Amino acid sequence: MSGPESDEDRVRNTTEVASRSRRSFLARGTALVGGGLVAARAAEPAAAASPAGGPPGVPPWMTTPGAETGAQPYGTPSPFEKTVVKNIPKTLKQYTSASVRTPLQELDGIITPNGLFYERHHGGVPAIDPAQHRLMIHGLVERPLVLTMDDVRRFPSVSQIHFIECSGNPDFKAIRAGRTASDLVGLVSCAEWTGVRLRTVLEEAGLQPGAKWVIAEGADAAALTRSLPIGKCLDDALLVYSQNGERLRPQQGYPLRVLLPGYEGNMSVKWLRRLNVTDAPAYSREETAKYTDLMPDGTARQFTFTMEAKSVITRPSGTQRIGPGFNEITGIAWSGRGTIARVEVSVDDGRSWQAAQLQAPVLDKALTRFRLAWTWNGEPAVIQSRATDETGYVQPLFSELAGARGLNSFYHNNAVIPWRIAESGEVSNGYPKA
Amino acid sequence: MAIPRRDGTALRMAPRAAIGLAATALAAIAIAATGLAAIASAGPASAETRYGIGRPATAAEVAAWNIDIDRDGRKLPAGRGSVAQGGALFAERCASCHGAKGEGGLGDRLVGGQGTLASAQPVKTVGSFWPYAPTLFDYVRRAMPMDAPQSLTDDEVYAVVGYLLNLNGLLPDDAVLKARSLAAVRMPNRDGFVPDPRPDVP
Repeated sequence: MSGPESDEDRVRNTTEVASRSRRSFLARGTALVGGGLVAARAAEPAAAASPAGGPPGVPPWMTTPGAETGAQPYGTPSPFEKTVVKNIPKTLKQYTSASVRTPLQELDGIITPNGLFYERHHGGVPAIDPAQHRLMIHGLVERPLVLTMDDVRRFPSVSQIHFIECSGNPDFKAIRAGRTASDLVGLVSCAEWTGVRLRTVLEEAGLQPGAKWVIAEGADAAALTRSLPIGKCLDDALLVYSQNGERLRPQQGYPLRVLLPGYEGNMSVKWLRRLNVTDAPAYSREETAKYTDLMPDGTARQFTFTMEAKSVITRPSGTQRIGPGFNEITGIAWSGRGTIARVEVSVDDGRSWQAAQLQAPVLDKALTRFRLAWTWNGEPAVIQSRATDETGYVQPLFSELAGARGLNSFYHNNAVIPWRIAESGEVSNGYPKA
Repeated sequence: MAIPRRDGTALRMAPRAAIGLAATALAAIAIAATGLAAIASAGPASAETRYGIGRPATAAEVAAWNIDIDRDGRKLPAGRGSVAQGGALFAERCASCHGAKGEGGLGDRLVGGQGTLASAQPVKTVGSFWPYAPTLFDYVRRAMPMDAPQSLTDDEVYAVVGYLLNLNGLLPDDAVLKARSLAAVRMPNRDGFVPDPRPDVP
């Protein structure tokens, strides 16, 4: 450049550089080597390198009819997407009580496909015949009831979009080990749920005075049991039979589950068969020995229901690779206390933050997609996001969480997730190795 | 859109239901009005909000399914089992996952760890962490052993629970456990739990 550059020039030059880089990056797919504009320009693709689907060719899938209509009675993803699968740990001691994660970094929008919804089971996945399944409501009710699935579906229905998140997402001690967004926070998913308000069913049985808790029990081999506070049961709790328009998958509680929006996932009891209305919690294993948060002084926090505000950048994120120039930063944010009010993104290791754009719809206790346009200058960087919810609560740094709770509380880690971008464009976990 | 009740009178819709149906019939306006009256008496539902869906659960059905045990053990069933019987059962049914002496393996460690909760390496076991002994009966009966849950008799559950408490130094070797004696066991970490103080950060 000769002479002082105007702001306008600078913007135009930046844009040109960005688009040029992006063209060459896209043309060469993931084979980017070296980075830097000189290398990129030298590698402008020749026509001979064009794939079958690009100009000037006519690809084979245009010269012969495709698969027959209805060849797949139940549609599945393209075979070219076969790597987009659940994140299943390879070395667990057993897979009966275990969890597998949603590949967050592979997904767009806010709805998790049913086949990729995270799983956490305590006694495996039961194969329940809905015709054989019954829901019993008893305890402090006027009329103990037995309901069939047909009965449940006769009640007035409602559909709502909510996330479900496992309370240990991730363990405080696992936060430095995860490589991908899924490794770190893949125990969250979001769907449109259809069912009946739990309030409606409880009122059908008739609550007696003194009803303060509802003990929910699953029909799985763990007969998993959690105590649900009556206030939540009468507020936005649902009994759910459908997920994203179709019946629940077996892994999600088919044929019937509880959904407590914004509360730790374990409370949304799957394969629901019993609701016992009581004046006190059950103090079940899952709310004493497990799902309690051990503090440095040896006490454990109990009934820590709410999943606090959280966000993660899913692109660019760990194990991905970017090229210099324009890169959209995008991710998801959510809060168990309501809607997401704001997501801020830092691209300079936390020194400054800028507001990301929130993609509508921004829903109560649902994933919210955020985006920020970013031009990477090719220098090492640390990018991260932090969410603020409608209550004004701001997602904390891990150092703040650990400072307040130590490293042994396991559950409810909603820390900011930094991603480190190397000069090569490779993205990795931004937490320093312990 | 009135829904007949079992007693033959028309159903008064709950407010949310009435709103959803309001566009479908003029009559819904009148129903919504009665719905508003119902919301004023929110709380335990009155008979007027019923849909008449489902059938009554009989006392026998409720008794058969009502297996959750309260922390004070008032709902513990009849039955009894000795520490010695529990040791034999544990070796046969539990040790392959939890270790011969409950030291853990495929399954959780069940023994020891008392005094470690405030340390950098806390060991959470039945003896160090579980606050209520009756909860142990509840969990073993409903969920263990993992390969055959609900296969133990109540007597066997008492025996296995007694053995675990014995391994943790909470019952003598010659103890025989039943409802009253199990409810009387005071777990070391009974008072170790506190309510949720969040938001606690920053």
